[in-house]
Amino acid sequence: MERSFIARNPSVLIFISILALFTIGVTVLSEGFGIGVISTSFVKTLGKTLCLCLIAIAMDLIWGYAGILSLGHFAFFGLGGYMVGMWLMYERTRQIVETSLAETALPPTPKEISTAIGNQIFGVVGSSEFPVIWAFADSLAIQLALVVLVPGLLALIFGWLAFRSRVTGVYLSILTQAMTLGLSLYLFQNASGLRGNNGLSGLQNLPGVEAPQSVVSVWMFWISALALGLAYLLVAWLVSGKFGSVIRGIRDSEARVRFLGYSVEHYKLAVFTLTACIAGIGGALYYPQAGIINPAEIAPIASIYLAVWVAIGGRGRLYGAVIGAAFVSLASSWLTGGQAPDINLGFYTIKWVDWWLVLLGLSFVLVTLFAPKGIGGLFDLATHNTKPEGKK
Amino acid sequence: MSALLEVSGVTVSFDGFRAINNLTFQIGEAELRAVIGPNGAGKTTFMDIVTGKTRPDEGHILWGEKSTSLLGLSEAQIAREGIGRKFQKPTVFEEQTIRENLLMALKNARGPLAVLFYRPTRPDLDRVENLAAQISLDDALDRLAGELSHGQKQWLEIGMLLAQEPRLLLVDEPAAGMTKIEREKTTAILVEAAKTRAVVVVEHDMEFVQRLNCKVTVLHEGSVLAEGSLDHVTKNQDVIDVYLGR
Repeated sequence: MERSFIARNPSVLIFISILALFTIGVTVLSEGFGIGVISTSFVKTLGKTLCLCLIAIAMDLIWGYAGILSLGHFAFFGLGGYMVGMWLMYERTRQIVETSLAETALPPTPKEISTAIGNQIFGVVGSSEFPVIWAFADSLAIQLALVVLVPGLLALIFGWLAFRSRVTGVYLSILTQAMTLGLSLYLFQNASGLRGNNGLSGLQNLPGVEAPQSVVSVWMFWISALALGLAYLLVAWLVSGKFGSVIRGIRDSEARVRFLGYSVEHYKLAVFTLTACIAGIGGALYYPQAGIINPAEIAPIASIYLAVWVAIGGRGRLYGAVIGAAFVSLASSWLTGGQAPDINLGFYTIKWVDWWLVLLGLSFVLVTLFAPKGIGGLFDLATHNTKPEGKK
Repeated sequence: MSALLEVSGVTVSFDGFRAINNLTFQIGEAELRAVIGPNGAGKTTFMDIVTGKTRPDEGHILWGEKSTSLLGLSEAQIAREGIGRKFQKPTVFEEQTIRENLLMALKNARGPLAVLFYRPTRPDLDRVENLAAQISLDDALDRLAGELSHGQKQWLEIGMLLAQEPRLLLVDEPAAGMTKIEREKTTAILVEAAKTRAVVVVEHDMEFVQRLNCKVTVLHEGSVLAEGSLDHVTKNQDVIDVYLGR
């Protein structure tokens, strides 16, 4: 009588299959493992795109399903990146320093090694001391745990304060913008302990790994695809049952849910925190592929773009969020990366770098006006399915 | 007989305006009660206070055998104590099916974790079908609630309240916007519900109140003006003054 949730949601199986085929395709075409049709830098772009799809899923869960328009989820994404970046940077610098000090006549003391590493990392901000927050930077396991714990804890505290005071709607959106702006401004300071506006760099080099970037890029792509697939399964399962019913109920009629006896705040907090953790994982996979993270990454505009991707892709359906994030971010990097040819109209030359934002804004307006279900809504036309995802 | 709900000396002001003024109200188990009164008499505010949406400035609200005070509890906690509330405007989850609406309302654990791992059991599904039959929606279980007519949405909401198995049901203008046949059906549902629990109906429509055939409480300017059978209160000179104007 009760079919499994995969059977009730055929789109989940379709998505996982497409993702698997895509992963195999990229691997076969890559320089590191295949025939080399796709450049290493494009493999990285695709891997980063998968991470953006991952945070788009989180955004869809919090906004599309629970109706909370958070405009601050890139703060969690960035924090995830910083957490893994700290280990990557520390460990790689330590290996370089130890190698160079090994050639000196007297063996270096631990203190000397520590100072030398500190100098290397914090020289740009005029310091050689390790700030307290780097206490666990030498432990990959702890930093990986922090990838989830730090965004999760920030979301828990912020969400508890906001939801307990019943801040909703546009006021909550503004608060989340303030949160990401505040974090970004804080990290810009040299005293923040995360190298101020320099951020963390050299993250593409995995410490202790001899393999060339052409191989490492495919590894990171695999991990990103795996994380995206697992997150998709988790969130699809989450929204398929009664939990999904309750959070969609909160989106559509918060008071009704409350008077049915559900503690709305607990649900909002749970979803907010969970999506922050997913975003943190996305960031932890994204920045090693980007190679660098700095506070500009979590500027308020980044989180607004995220909402635009999900709106264009179609919120309230997970594949819509994925399509939106992939389509818009790839189009963005193509059109602003200088590869797209300018269009010469004789009297005026359309430079895509300038016109991309206009195009994005225009498509956002058009989607909102004429296709509120986004690109994902087109699938309804094809299958004559009028019910959103998550239905039995 | 001890009262199920006991409201005593409750006062609420909004910016100096006394919406509820030293209100005292009692209802026992398995009792049907109509609350009437002109616009601004405080009928909806009264419901807001009992369900925890509005905090009173003064007074006590005691609940059940143990006389628990409801004043410190949140809306959700009060709902879990066994007080169900129907809004004036039909409020159902329009993008979900009738079955999902009713399943969500069924009396089960309400915490996020319990709900996450919840799977409908056979008794739960049977109960949903029974409830749907009670509100004449048993052949529409897989339709979206948004597709229902206004009257059917009202019934669905009442059905969701019954699914909560409340001991007290507060119903705000259930007959508003209904056809005559729908009203009769609504009356029957409420009268039936009141056999096993307390039901308070706030209503404007005197004809509907008459059909409920129960004790009536008349509110005026935030306090009880008269209480008794409909015949009794309609003969009361104060009530006539309030309704017809002095």
